[in-house]
Amino acid sequence: MSTQQHTTAEPNYLEYDGKHNGLLGWLLSTDHKRVAILYLVSMVTFFFAGVSAGFVMRLVQLTPFHKMITAQTYNALFTFHGVVMIFLFVIPGLNAVFGNFVLPIILGAKDVQFPRLNLASWYFFIGGALIAVIALFTGNGPPDTGWSFYAPFSLKTGTNVTLGVFAAFILGFSSMLTGINFVTTIHRLRAPGMTFFKMPLFPWAVYATSWMQILATPVLAVTLLLVILERLFGIGIFDPAKGGDPVLYQHMFWIYSHPAVYIMILPAMGAISEILPTFAQRTIFGYKAIAFSSIAIAGFGSLVWAHHMFTSGMSDFGNMIFSLLTMVVAVPSAIKVFNWVATLYKGSINFQPPLLYALSFIFLFCIGGMTGVWQGALALDIHLHDTYFIVGHFHYVMFGGTGFAFFAALVYWFPKMFGRMYSNTAMYVAWFPMFIGFNMLYFTMLILGMQGMPRRYYAHLPQYHLAHVVATVGSWIMISGLLIFFGSLLHAVFRGKKAGSNPWHAVTLEWSVPSPPPVENFDEVPTVTHEPYHFAKEAGS
Amino acid sequence: MSDQSTHPTEHAPLHPSYGTVVAVWIALVVLTGCLVLLSHFGLRAAVWGLLTITPLKAGLVFYFFMHLRYEDPLLKGVILVAIVTLLIFLVLLFSDVAFA
Repeated sequence: MSTQQHTTAEPNYLEYDGKHNGLLGWLLSTDHKRVAILYLVSMVTFFFAGVSAGFVMRLVQLTPFHKMITAQTYNALFTFHGVVMIFLFVIPGLNAVFGNFVLPIILGAKDVQFPRLNLASWYFFIGGALIAVIALFTGNGPPDTGWSFYAPFSLKTGTNVTLGVFAAFILGFSSMLTGINFVTTIHRLRAPGMTFFKMPLFPWAVYATSWMQILATPVLAVTLLLVILERLFGIGIFDPAKGGDPVLYQHMFWIYSHPAVYIMILPAMGAISEILPTFAQRTIFGYKAIAFSSIAIAGFGSLVWAHHMFTSGMSDFGNMIFSLLTMVVAVPSAIKVFNWVATLYKGSINFQPPLLYALSFIFLFCIGGMTGVWQGALALDIHLHDTYFIVGHFHYVMFGGTGFAFFAALVYWFPKMFGRMYSNTAMYVAWFPMFIGFNMLYFTMLILGMQGMPRRYYAHLPQYHLAHVVATVGSWIMISGLLIFFGSLLHAVFRGKKAGSNPWHAVTLEWSVPSPPPVENFDEVPTVTHEPYHFAKEAGS
Repeated sequence: MSDQSTHPTEHAPLHPSYGTVVAVWIALVVLTGCLVLLSHFGLRAAVWGLLTITPLKAGLVFYFFMHLRYEDPLLKGVILVAIVTLLIFLVLLFSDVAFA
C-alpha cells in the first residue's frame, strides 16, 4: 500500500465553499465526506433519543410496582427505543458514517460511484425518521408493538402502527441505495494496483454488508407493505382470523432482520480490523481468513433467521435445521476473534483510546456471541426465549459490539474527519463508567433472564428487585460515560489541537491525505503496490 | 454501456421476432388457463400450481419480453444468483411448513 503523503493546495471539505454556502452547502452537498457528517450528526441525535427512552424504562424498573407511567406508555417506550436504536442508529451504523467517509479514500477514489444517489440515501433516511416521529404524535398514540411489529398484534392494535411501519419501509430504501452505491464503488473505483486481495479489510466488510443490504432489505419492504395493506384493507395474509398465518410474518420479518444483525456488526468488525494492526504496528494475522469470514458471515448469517422462532410452533425439523445453521455461523465470527487476538501477539502495542475501545469491543462481543450460541441450542432456548436474557445478549452484541466498535472507529478516524485531536484523558475517563456501567446493566439482565424475568413487562416481582436496582444504577453510570465521551468529542471538534495527517502511523490510504481531507481527496489517484498492512515500510525495512 | 448499440450487426438480433412474441403470449395464456383449472381441484393443487407454473410464466416473461435472452452472461449470472438465493430461502421456509 502506498503511504506517500499527498499534499494539496485544494481547500479541505469542511472549509470548501461550493455552489451553496452555510447550511445549504451541507444539505445539498454530494461530497461523500459531508454526507458522512450528515449521517453522523443525525444518528448521534437519534442515539441520544433512544438512550433517553432506555433511561426512563430503567427508572421505571427501580420499584417493583410503580405508578410512574402506564403499561401502555411502557409498551410505547420500548417500541420507540427499539425502532430508533435499530433502524436509525445501528443499521445505518458504521456503514453510513465511516463507509461514506472512509471507503472512497481508503480505496484511492475521489468519491463514491453515485454521489447524488448517496445524498438521496440520506434524504430517505431523514424522511423515514421524520415519518417515525410523526407516528409518535398522531393517530391513536405511538406504536406499541415492539420494534418487530409482530402479527397479529400489529394488525389489531389501534395505535399508529401503519405510519410507524411505513417509516421503516422508507428507511429500507436508504439502506438498499447505500448498498448498491458501495458495491459499485468497490468494484469500479479501486485505485490502480488495488486488487481485491490488496484491499484493506474495512472495504471487505463494507462489501459483504452491502450485498446483504441489497438482498435482504427488499424482503422487509414487502413484509411491511403487506402489514400496511392488511391493516388498511384486511387482506388476510398474516391474520389467522382471516386464514392468514402469523408464523409466516415471523419468517418474512426475520429473513431480513437476522441478516440485519450482521448488517450492523460486519462493518464494526471491519473497523476493528483496521484499528488493531495500526496500534500493534504489524500486519494483520490471517488477512484472507478475515476477508473470507466476512463473506461467510454474510452468507450463513442470511440462513439462520428462524432461530428467533423456536417457540413459535415451527416444525421440529425446521427447528433442527436452523439450530444447526446457527452453530455454523459462529465459526467465521470465532475466526475473526482469533485473528484479531493473534494480530496483537508480539506486536509493538501503542496503547491509545481507539485500541482501548477496540479491545472492549472484542471482550463484549465475545460475551454477546457466546450467549448467542446458548440460544441456538434448542432445549435451552425454550427456557430463555422472551426473557431478559435475550435483552442482555442482544445489547452485548449490538451495543457492546456495534456500539463500542462505533466509538472505537469514531476515535480512530476522528483526527482524519475533523483535523483535530481530542483529549486522550477524557477518552479514558469516559471509557471507565461506560464499560463498568454497561456490564452492570446488561450482565445483570443475563442473570435476570436465567431466573425467568420476562422481557417487556412494565412491572416485576419482588424476587427480581435487587437485580433490577443494580441494572438501573448501571444505566446511570453508563450514561454518564456516554455524556463525557460525546461532550469531549464535541469540544474537540471546535477546540481540539490540530491533528497531523497521520497521527497513528497507519498505512492505509486515508492516512496519506491531509486532515481533514481535501474536497476530491487526492490530487493524483495513487497507485497501490503493497498489501494493505505493510508496516515494514514504515519501519524503514 | 454495452457496445451492442454501436455494432448491432456483430450480435444476435436484439428483439424476438413477432412469431416468437405471439408464441410466448399463447403459452402464457395457456399456462394461466392451467392455473385456473388447477384451482378447481382444491387448495393443494392450486398451491402446487402456483409454485410451479407461476415461476415458469415469470421465466418466459423475463427471457423473451424483458430481453434477458439477449443479455451478456454477467447479467444472466446476476439474475441466477437472485433466483438461487430465493430458492434457498424457499427451501428453508418449507423445512418448517412441509413438516409442521
